[in-house]
Amino acid sequence: MNQAPQLGSLAAMIVAFLVLAGATMTLIGSVGLVRLKTFNERVHPPTIGSSSGMALIVLASIICFSLLRSRPSVHEILIAVFVTLTTPVTFMLLVRAALYRDRIEKHSGTSVGNQVPEHQNPRN
Amino acid sequence: MTVELLGWAITTAQVMIGLAMGCATYRILAGPRAQDRVLGLDTLYVNGMLMLLTFGIQTGRTLYFEAALVISLLGFVGTMALSKFLMRGEVIE
Repeated sequence: MNQAPQLGSLAAMIVAFLVLAGATMTLIGSVGLVRLKTFNERVHPPTIGSSSGMALIVLASIICFSLLRSRPSVHEILIAVFVTLTTPVTFMLLVRAALYRDRIEKHSGTSVGNQVPEHQNPRN
Repeated sequence: MTVELLGWAITTAQVMIGLAMGCATYRILAGPRAQDRVLGLDTLYVNGMLMLLTFGIQTGRTLYFEAALVISLLGFVGTMALSKFLMRGEVIE
Protein backbone atom coordinates (compact mmCIF):
# COMPACT_ATOMS: atom_id res chain seq x y z
CA MET A 1 0.00 0.00 0.00
CA ASN A 2 2.64 2.47 1.05
CA GLN A 3 4.83 2.22 -2.03
CA ALA A 4 6.51 5.15 -3.71
CA PRO A 5 8.88 5.76 -6.63
CA GLN A 6 12.60 5.75 -5.85
CA LEU A 7 13.52 9.42 -6.07
CA GLY A 8 16.26 11.50 -4.51
CA SER A 9 15.56 13.13 -1.18
CA LEU A 10 15.06 16.69 -2.47
CA ALA A 11 12.92 15.54 -5.40
CA ALA A 12 10.86 13.31 -3.11
CA MET A 13 10.18 16.22 -0.76
CA ILE A 14 9.18 18.50 -3.64
CA VAL A 15 6.86 15.88 -5.16
CA ALA A 16 5.33 15.12 -1.74
CA PHE A 17 4.66 18.81 -1.10
CA LEU A 18 3.12 19.35 -4.55
CA VAL A 19 0.86 16.29 -4.29
CA LEU A 20 -0.31 17.24 -0.80
CA ALA A 21 -0.96 20.85 -1.82
CA GLY A 22 -2.96 19.75 -4.85
CA ALA A 23 -5.04 17.33 -2.81
CA THR A 24 -5.69 20.04 -0.22
CA MET A 25 -6.92 22.42 -2.93
CA THR A 26 -9.23 19.73 -4.31
CA LEU A 27 -10.61 18.97 -0.86
CA ILE A 28 -11.23 22.67 -0.15
CA GLY A 29 -13.12 23.00 -3.42
CA SER A 30 -15.32 19.98 -2.79
CA VAL A 31 -16.08 21.01 0.80
CA GLY A 32 -17.17 24.36 -0.59
CA LEU A 33 -19.46 22.50 -2.99
CA VAL A 34 -21.14 20.91 0.03
CA ARG A 35 -21.27 23.91 2.33
CA LEU A 36 -22.41 26.85 0.20
CA LYS A 37 -26.10 27.65 0.08
CA THR A 38 -27.33 28.60 -3.39
CA PHE A 39 -26.54 27.15 -6.79
CA ASN A 40 -24.90 30.31 -8.09
CA GLU A 41 -22.46 30.21 -5.16
CA ARG A 42 -21.87 26.51 -5.57
CA VAL A 43 -20.62 26.89 -9.14
CA HIS A 44 -17.45 28.62 -7.96
CA PRO A 45 -15.64 26.23 -5.55
CA PRO A 46 -15.13 23.19 -7.84
CA THR A 47 -13.00 25.35 -10.11
CA ILE A 48 -10.38 25.52 -7.32
CA GLY A 49 -9.94 21.78 -7.69
CA SER A 50 -9.98 21.80 -11.46
CA SER A 51 -7.52 24.68 -11.85
CA SER A 52 -4.96 24.90 -9.05
CA GLY A 53 -5.36 21.39 -7.64
CA MET A 54 -5.04 19.91 -11.12
CA ALA A 55 -2.03 22.14 -11.90
CA LEU A 56 -0.15 21.16 -8.73
CA ILE A 57 -0.72 17.42 -9.15
CA VAL A 58 0.18 17.56 -12.86
CA LEU A 59 3.39 19.42 -11.94
CA ALA A 60 4.24 16.75 -9.36
CA SER A 61 3.60 14.05 -11.97
CA ILE A 62 5.82 15.82 -14.53
CA ILE A 63 8.69 16.12 -12.03
CA CYS A 64 8.30 12.51 -10.87
CA PHE A 65 8.21 10.94 -14.34
CA SER A 66 11.00 13.16 -15.69
CA LEU A 67 13.30 12.06 -12.87
CA LEU A 68 12.27 8.40 -13.06
CA ARG A 69 13.04 8.13 -16.76
CA SER A 70 15.88 10.72 -16.70
CA ARG A 71 14.44 12.48 -19.74
CA PRO A 72 11.83 15.25 -20.03
CA SER A 73 8.36 13.73 -19.81
CA VAL A 74 5.70 16.28 -20.52
CA HIS A 75 2.71 14.24 -21.65
CA GLU A 76 0.77 15.36 -18.56
CA ILE A 77 0.61 18.79 -20.20
CA LEU A 78 -2.16 17.27 -22.35
CA ILE A 79 -4.39 16.82 -19.30
CA ALA A 80 -3.62 20.32 -18.03
CA VAL A 81 -4.43 21.98 -21.36
CA PHE A 82 -7.57 19.91 -21.87
CA VAL A 83 -9.04 20.51 -18.40
CA THR A 84 -8.15 24.22 -18.48
CA LEU A 85 -9.88 24.62 -21.84
CA THR A 86 -13.01 22.60 -21.11
CA THR A 87 -13.93 23.57 -17.53
CA PRO A 88 -15.05 27.17 -18.32
CA VAL A 89 -17.01 25.96 -21.35
CA THR A 90 -18.98 23.36 -19.40
CA PHE A 91 -19.66 25.67 -16.47
CA MET A 92 -20.82 28.47 -18.78
CA LEU A 93 -23.25 26.06 -20.44
CA LEU A 94 -24.44 24.73 -17.08
CA VAL A 95 -25.01 28.18 -15.58
CA ARG A 96 -26.82 29.30 -18.71
CA ALA A 97 -29.10 26.28 -18.47
CA ALA A 98 -29.72 27.04 -14.78
CA LEU A 99 -30.58 30.67 -15.57
CA TYR A 100 -33.00 29.52 -18.28
CA ARG A 101 -34.69 27.12 -15.86
CA ASP A 102 -34.94 29.81 -13.16
CA ARG A 103 -36.51 32.20 -15.62
CA ILE A 104 -39.07 29.63 -16.78
CA GLU A 105 -40.00 28.87 -13.19
CA LYS A 106 -40.45 32.53 -12.37
CA HIS A 107 -42.69 33.15 -15.36
CA SER A 108 -44.90 30.10 -15.30
CA GLY A 109 -44.97 29.51 -11.56
CA THR A 110 -44.36 25.80 -12.01
CA SER A 111 -41.12 24.02 -11.35
CA VAL A 112 -39.30 22.27 -14.17
CA GLY A 113 -38.58 18.66 -13.28
CA ASN A 114 -38.41 19.49 -9.61
CA GLN A 115 -40.44 17.96 -6.83
CA VAL A 116 -39.95 20.78 -4.31
CA PRO A 117 -42.85 23.27 -4.37
CA GLU A 118 -42.19 26.90 -5.12
CA HIS A 119 -42.98 28.30 -1.66
CA GLN A 120 -40.54 25.97 0.06
CA ASN A 121 -37.72 26.60 -2.36
CA PRO A 122 -37.97 30.22 -3.49
CA ARG A 123 -34.62 30.94 -5.12
CA ASN A 124 -32.37 27.98 -4.89
CA MET B 1 13.41 7.78 4.79
CA THR B 2 12.35 10.33 2.21
CA VAL B 3 10.92 7.57 0.03
CA GLU B 4 8.77 6.58 2.99
CA LEU B 5 7.76 10.23 3.43
CA LEU B 6 6.78 10.39 -0.23
CA GLY B 7 4.73 7.22 0.17
CA TRP B 8 2.86 8.58 3.16
CA ALA B 9 2.31 11.92 1.42
CA ILE B 10 0.80 10.20 -1.62
CA THR B 11 -1.41 8.00 0.56
CA THR B 12 -2.62 11.03 2.53
CA ALA B 13 -3.32 12.87 -0.72
CA GLN B 14 -5.35 9.90 -1.95
CA VAL B 15 -7.39 9.89 1.24
CA MET B 16 -8.05 13.62 0.86
CA ILE B 17 -9.10 13.25 -2.77
CA GLY B 18 -11.32 10.37 -1.68
CA LEU B 19 -13.01 12.67 0.85
CA ALA B 20 -13.45 15.23 -1.92
CA MET B 21 -15.11 12.56 -4.06
CA GLY B 22 -17.40 11.82 -1.11
CA CYS B 23 -18.39 15.50 -0.94
CA ALA B 24 -19.18 15.49 -4.67
CA THR B 25 -21.23 12.31 -4.25
CA TYR B 26 -23.17 13.95 -1.44
CA ARG B 27 -23.99 16.84 -3.76
CA ILE B 28 -25.13 14.39 -6.45
CA LEU B 29 -27.41 12.53 -4.04
CA ALA B 30 -28.76 15.47 -2.03
CA GLY B 31 -28.63 18.35 -4.50
CA PRO B 32 -31.96 20.13 -4.38
CA ARG B 33 -32.20 20.63 -8.13
CA ALA B 34 -30.96 18.98 -11.29
CA GLN B 35 -28.21 21.50 -12.01
CA ASP B 36 -26.69 20.83 -8.57
CA ARG B 37 -26.48 17.17 -9.43
CA VAL B 38 -24.78 17.90 -12.75
CA LEU B 39 -22.29 20.14 -10.92
CA GLY B 40 -21.55 17.34 -8.46
CA LEU B 41 -21.05 14.89 -11.32
CA ASP B 42 -18.52 17.19 -13.00
CA THR B 43 -16.64 17.63 -9.72
CA LEU B 44 -16.65 13.86 -9.23
CA TYR B 45 -15.10 13.38 -12.67
CA VAL B 46 -12.33 15.91 -12.01
CA ASN B 47 -11.58 14.39 -8.59
CA GLY B 48 -11.44 10.90 -10.08
CA MET B 49 -8.99 12.13 -12.68
CA LEU B 50 -6.75 13.61 -9.97
CA MET B 51 -6.98 10.35 -8.01
CA LEU B 52 -5.77 8.44 -11.07
CA LEU B 53 -2.86 10.89 -11.48
CA THR B 54 -1.78 10.22 -7.88
CA PHE B 55 -2.02 6.46 -8.56
CA GLY B 56 0.27 7.04 -11.55
CA ILE B 57 2.82 8.86 -9.36
CA GLN B 58 2.60 6.08 -6.77
CA THR B 59 3.21 3.18 -9.13
CA GLY B 60 5.36 4.95 -11.72
CA ARG B 61 3.36 3.60 -14.65
CA THR B 62 2.01 5.51 -17.67
CA LEU B 63 -1.16 3.43 -17.83
CA TYR B 64 -2.94 5.59 -15.26
CA PHE B 65 -2.20 8.73 -17.24
CA GLU B 66 -4.14 7.43 -20.23
CA ALA B 67 -7.05 6.44 -18.01
CA ALA B 68 -7.04 9.95 -16.51
CA LEU B 69 -7.11 11.50 -19.99
CA VAL B 70 -10.08 9.33 -21.00
CA ILE B 71 -11.92 10.20 -17.77
CA SER B 72 -11.44 13.94 -18.27
CA LEU B 73 -12.73 13.61 -21.85
CA LEU B 74 -15.80 11.65 -20.68
CA GLY B 75 -16.45 14.21 -17.95
CA PHE B 76 -16.42 17.04 -20.45
CA VAL B 77 -18.77 15.27 -22.87
CA GLY B 78 -21.11 14.11 -20.08
CA THR B 79 -21.46 17.51 -18.45
CA MET B 80 -21.96 19.17 -21.82
CA ALA B 81 -24.69 16.71 -22.81
CA LEU B 82 -26.45 17.08 -19.46
CA SER B 83 -26.31 20.89 -19.69
CA LYS B 84 -27.81 20.76 -23.18
CA PHE B 85 -30.50 18.45 -21.85
CA LEU B 86 -31.34 20.82 -18.97
CA MET B 87 -31.48 23.72 -21.39
CA ARG B 88 -33.63 22.29 -24.17
CA GLY B 89 -34.98 18.96 -23.02
CA GLU B 90 -33.05 17.10 -25.70
CA VAL B 91 -29.38 16.55 -26.34
CA ILE B 92 -29.13 16.63 -30.13
CA GLU B 93 -31.46 18.99 -31.94
